[in-house]
Amino acid sequence: MSEFTYLYRGGRDTPQSPEQRQKQLQKWAAWFKELGTSGHLKELGHPLESAGMVVKGNQKIVTDGPYAEAKDLVGGFSLIEAKDLAHAVELSKGCPVLEVGGSVEVRPVMQINM
Amino acid sequence: MHVMQPGDHLFRRESGRMVAALTRIFGVHNLALAEDVVQDAFCRALEIWRIRGMPENPSAWLMATAKNGALDVLRRERTARSFAPELSRFLQSEWTLAPVVEELFAADAIKDDLLRMMFSCCQPRLSEQAQVALALHILCGFSVDEIASAFVTTHAATEKRLARAKKALVGSKRLFDVTMPADFSARLPAVHRALYLLFNEGYHGASAETAVRVELCREAMRLNALLLGHPLGTTPTTYALAALMCLDAARLAARVDASGNLISLLDQDRSQWDQELIAEGLKFLELSATGSELTQYHLEAAIASIHACARRTEDTDWKAIVSLYDRLMTIRPSPIVALNRAIAIAQSEGPQRGLEEMCSIADRDRLAAYPFYSAALGELELRRGRHEAAGEHFRAALALARNPMERRFLNRRVNACERGDTQKVHDEQFWDRGLFSTETKLEAQDRNRASLPL
Repeated sequence: MSEFTYLYRGGRDTPQSPEQRQKQLQKWAAWFKELGTSGHLKELGHPLESAGMVVKGNQKIVTDGPYAEAKDLVGGFSLIEAKDLAHAVELSKGCPVLEVGGSVEVRPVMQINM
Repeated sequence: MHVMQPGDHLFRRESGRMVAALTRIFGVHNLALAEDVVQDAFCRALEIWRIRGMPENPSAWLMATAKNGALDVLRRERTARSFAPELSRFLQSEWTLAPVVEELFAADAIKDDLLRMMFSCCQPRLSEQAQVALALHILCGFSVDEIASAFVTTHAATEKRLARAKKALVGSKRLFDVTMPADFSARLPAVHRALYLLFNEGYHGASAETAVRVELCREAMRLNALLLGHPLGTTPTTYALAALMCLDAARLAARVDASGNLISLLDQDRSQWDQELIAEGLKFLELSATGSELTQYHLEAAIASIHACARRTEDTDWKAIVSLYDRLMTIRPSPIVALNRAIAIAQSEGPQRGLEEMCSIADRDRLAAYPFYSAALGELELRRGRHEAAGEHFRAALALARNPMERRFLNRRVNACERGDTQKVHDEQFWDRGLFSTETKLEAQDRNRASLPL
């Protein structure tokens, strides 16, 4: 088993009715539950605020950021365990963020033998 | 890992509470701003909860988020905007701002806000249909699409109707003042009427989707309970409406079989009727019997109670039902009430008498577009053994059917006539009180025409 992070992007700017949001939430809960029961969920992870600061370069210039479009903003991440990248990708296809125009970025956590 | 699940329609419900509370603080002219703050609260909730799961008390979390959102807006726009006039001096000063907002978000205050909003939605400038749509949208958190599907109209038409209604609400400048007894009593009948229409739309609307309809009934009952929670709202008529809703809702589960077909009142498995709701309805009916006012709701609740108390269809006291319809005809005459009365007469005195009554209904041309008028004619002809005439009536009804459920039902009747079934048929969903809903619909249409310019 290897570790992967799922980075959730976008999917928050679509206007939704209360009922649709509630259904979204229920889908997330069901998806995590399934990942949990099948032993693929290592950590729920955390949501991220969309506003923050970016510190850049030698001069340590501080700006408001990130400047990404809403659809490109990372809204949160989780830690997953899967056989390999293909498997992790397969598992990510159930993520409800995909239904509202968002995306999941699947990134292997580097395996390092020290 | 334990992930909490939100309760049924938590978001919708909280949406109504938050909008009501925020509109009270911001003033009704800032309704859109209140809705924005609610959207933000939901957005934030979803962002966090989707990954971390629900907090233990999601309602409190949402309310706290809305409250903070309100404080932000009030601080940011203190000079640029005017808020609720009666609160403005408290909202101006940082000393009173937070404590006042805190107080306004207390559970009891929000209950009053909901009531205030409900009365504000039922303003006479709006057609009854618009009032119901507006209340559903603002108080019950229904989206445009959900309302459109409940009323079997298009998204565009619903959106337009809601936009106009909101404009009227915003233009009313102030929320309705529920502390003035005279104003309260004057507006109360309109509120009753809107709740009645909402319930009926669920109980016997044209929407084929059972789930939507049950929800409408539930919302109507929930809003009526708000009235019962207010000293000025606790009138005999509110009790009568509560009784009617309970007694009808008790039969909801038995009205549709496993494959989604309508089952007539006479054919329902009465053991499936919700005895708890029936008991509650009878209790409300008793409470409604004070004072001198006899309303349509009293009579309809009384009719429903006779059905609810009959253990078997054969035990139904049709004579009592006929006499209740007689009284209903005197206070709220309509072709549909007359039709129901004729059916009750057919039940107690035979199909021949029923047909005579049906043929002497005044204004029966207004029933022409209503499938169950023809269907009732067909049913009575069938009972007299005149299959051919019966079949024709059912085919006419079939052409008017409004949803697949009705179509299936009427198809079965047409087939029964063609087979020449002579056995006594008890398959008529139109025997149900549901007929009334069309009475209200016909009238609502008439009235809408009168008040269209809005």
